[in-house]
Amino acid sequence: MMIKFERFQLDNGLRVIVHEDASTPMAIVNVLYDVGARDEDPKKTGFAHLFEHLMFGGSVNIDDFETPLQLAGGENNAFTTNDFTNYYIQLPAENIETAFWLESDRMLSLAFSEKSLEVQRKVVMEEFKEHYINKPYGDVWFRLREMVYTRHPYRWMTIGSELSHIEQAKLEDVRNFFFKYYRPVNAILVVAGKVTTQQVRELAEKWFGDIPPGEKYVRDLPVEPRQHEARRMEIKAAVPIDALYKCYPMGARTEQGYYVAELITEVLGGGTSSRLHEKLVKEKKLFSQIECYQTGSVDPGLVIVEGKLIKGVRMEEADKAIEEELEKIRSTPVTEKELTKVKNKTESAIVFEDMSVMNRASSLAIYELLGDANMMNTELGKYQAVSINEILDTSRQIFDPRNSNTLYYYSEK
Amino acid sequence: MAVHQISKLNRKVAPPIKDAKEFELELPPYTKYTLSNGVDVYAIDLGKVDAMMISWIFEAGNSYETKTGVAAAVNTLLKNGTSARKAFDISEHFDYYGAYLNRACHHETAEITMHCLNQHFRELIPVVAELVTDSIYPADELAIYKKNMQQRLQVNLKKSDFVAARLIDAYLYGASHPYGKYSTAEDYQGLQQEDLVAFFGQNYRNGACRIIAAGKLPPDLVPQLEAHFGGLSLHAPAPGPGPGWPIQPAAQKKYHVVNDPDGVQGSIRIARNFPNRHHPDFQKVQVLNNVFGGFFGSRLMTNIREDKGYTYGIYSYLVNNRQESALVISTEAGKEVCAPAIEEVYKEMNLLREELVDEEELEMVRNFAIGTVLGDLDGPFHVASRWKSILLNGLDENYFREGIRIVKTITPEELQQLAIKYLDPAAFFELVVV
Repeated sequence: MMIKFERFQLDNGLRVIVHEDASTPMAIVNVLYDVGARDEDPKKTGFAHLFEHLMFGGSVNIDDFETPLQLAGGENNAFTTNDFTNYYIQLPAENIETAFWLESDRMLSLAFSEKSLEVQRKVVMEEFKEHYINKPYGDVWFRLREMVYTRHPYRWMTIGSELSHIEQAKLEDVRNFFFKYYRPVNAILVVAGKVTTQQVRELAEKWFGDIPPGEKYVRDLPVEPRQHEARRMEIKAAVPIDALYKCYPMGARTEQGYYVAELITEVLGGGTSSRLHEKLVKEKKLFSQIECYQTGSVDPGLVIVEGKLIKGVRMEEADKAIEEELEKIRSTPVTEKELTKVKNKTESAIVFEDMSVMNRASSLAIYELLGDANMMNTELGKYQAVSINEILDTSRQIFDPRNSNTLYYYSEK
Repeated sequence: MAVHQISKLNRKVAPPIKDAKEFELELPPYTKYTLSNGVDVYAIDLGKVDAMMISWIFEAGNSYETKTGVAAAVNTLLKNGTSARKAFDISEHFDYYGAYLNRACHHETAEITMHCLNQHFRELIPVVAELVTDSIYPADELAIYKKNMQQRLQVNLKKSDFVAARLIDAYLYGASHPYGKYSTAEDYQGLQQEDLVAFFGQNYRNGACRIIAAGKLPPDLVPQLEAHFGGLSLHAPAPGPGPGWPIQPAAQKKYHVVNDPDGVQGSIRIARNFPNRHHPDFQKVQVLNNVFGGFFGSRLMTNIREDKGYTYGIYSYLVNNRQESALVISTEAGKEVCAPAIEEVYKEMNLLREELVDEEELEMVRNFAIGTVLGDLDGPFHVASRWKSILLNGLDENYFREGIRIVKTITPEELQQLAIKYLDPAAFFELVVV
């Protein structure tokens, strides 16, 4: 289904996209800021995410973000990735101006409250504990990122590389971060649902038009050098089951190789008819579960194979069995049937994801960040164009043994 | 015109809003069809995308099992072999057409839900019919399931939130009630093929079933369902709540469990038994719950996260159980702040018992709730899930209308009376798992 949208820009550089859908009673106001964990100072990691929390702590003219929004029947949330930070509000379309009022005031300026910083530091530290310390295997991604990325800032997690970085965040850092990144020239506003372009144009001018443009942030990140030899790491931890992780660097989000890699991960790990599940869980009974996926990051990402071993299976044996499967996809073409299957699955996934107007709004913002919101309409075609030979070639590049990063995560007994 | 207003813009004043009470909310209706064998099909034909969801909902939850874990195993392994197809062939068939086939086992019901593009459904529903009539539970598949589930359990038992969720249910309902019992490694080890086959025969092949379909439904959907399911030995569920096992809450109210001596957080659960959706207080207490801990703007979240920073999140909710519900408060808090966090929860309960909720706060809760319902009525799958909850709990559309009426009209005095009745700290179980 074709997703229609209009696009315009305010004088201060704010990019605005409108997606009209009169079939819903709701409106979505989605603001994406072009800043993520990759833009952080290595000594102050976790800041983009902590900052996302502070965006709810009151803005220059409005002390309380949540109450007026809830009064208007709205709800909201936000998420931070290594690449960007995204905020969204859903509310009854009649009350859309409330969302413009709230979002524009926090783009104008935050309140920079000491109390909010103090509380949110604690909240984020509890989030850190809940997701990464107080959970078996919770530290895996800290270790993997550090092994795989030697220079590029994907080295650290969005939550931050350590609790102390969050603990030490100062109001001065908050202010600098805000005025450097949270400016109209670095933002994309998407409005979707029961709205008209004319109405959005007027509201955008009215509420966002007078915000100073700010300085365009020009990203200049260290490039990750090409990997030339296999890397390995071993960890022992208080977990009940041995686990195995293999990461392989792949291309960037906007390269053709991205689409090929996505289909490769589906062939290998997409559900219970995938190769790894069928061979290693069902036939050889080496793993209790196994997955293959890619990180989908804007800068060059990773293909990951991860699995939990059956008790009694040796790590080396399990590793060898994965490598045999990777060797197979590098040397033998996938079948026509397999390729059709993963393309059909991808088509379905896109259709179901795009059914929600909220997903459509955030996708438009993300594609615009990648270069063109209309990529939303051309993605499926790119997947459908992938050939058997491309799968073979790209598999050869990605699963080159010199390109591997292997982590043996042992249960310590 | 807008441009001239920029300089005069007063950002301190909120734009006018349409009040929630003015929104008319109607749950879009279903069309009901009855197949030859008496199975009802509830069809919700909405939306503009050529995609659909079909759920086959059986009375085959864990209330119907005599050995712990059988109902869940039978449900999960529905995809793992019929006399004509191996597990791989079944998975490949659904994957090939880009369909998602999910299974879920609850206390009374167990279901198979398929999401697919309309163009493929005719290739898919005959195979679903095959699964619910001819699953054979191959020994090898069961052996893999047993081993993998035991390993998964071992990992989960390291998580304080998993342990806390199991224990609190056991305190509320008793460890032998279907709502309170949980699977141990021995239960998984003890699963027998013949038990699975027998349970399948009784509760699926010859079971009680309802079908809910939603999406932009193709005109031949119902004839196709009749052709593939109308002649099967299925029947409509008997009215009433189901087996109704005796509920035996624990005598002791407070628990502190050390699951991991190195844990840095405690999983806190504070809970009490609560009547089911047929009780006249149920939907009123949903409003009270929203004030208390039901959403981000609630008192628990505002106090314990946004003011004290003890936790990443805290919520309270009413459990969706057919026989008897529970009111549960749930959070993970730093080990050293668990005690003050619990104290604040009780303080908030007492505040609701002692003081009237002010009109402005109640207005916010009303409007938020109406906005949520409005957003929730958007799209066929959301509407289907509302209907599912109504139908499976033996209710009808009046329940939905009454719920909206209560949200719009309940008074601070009523809320206080409900808080006095239901938010007495002494009535709650209290559990911390570190």
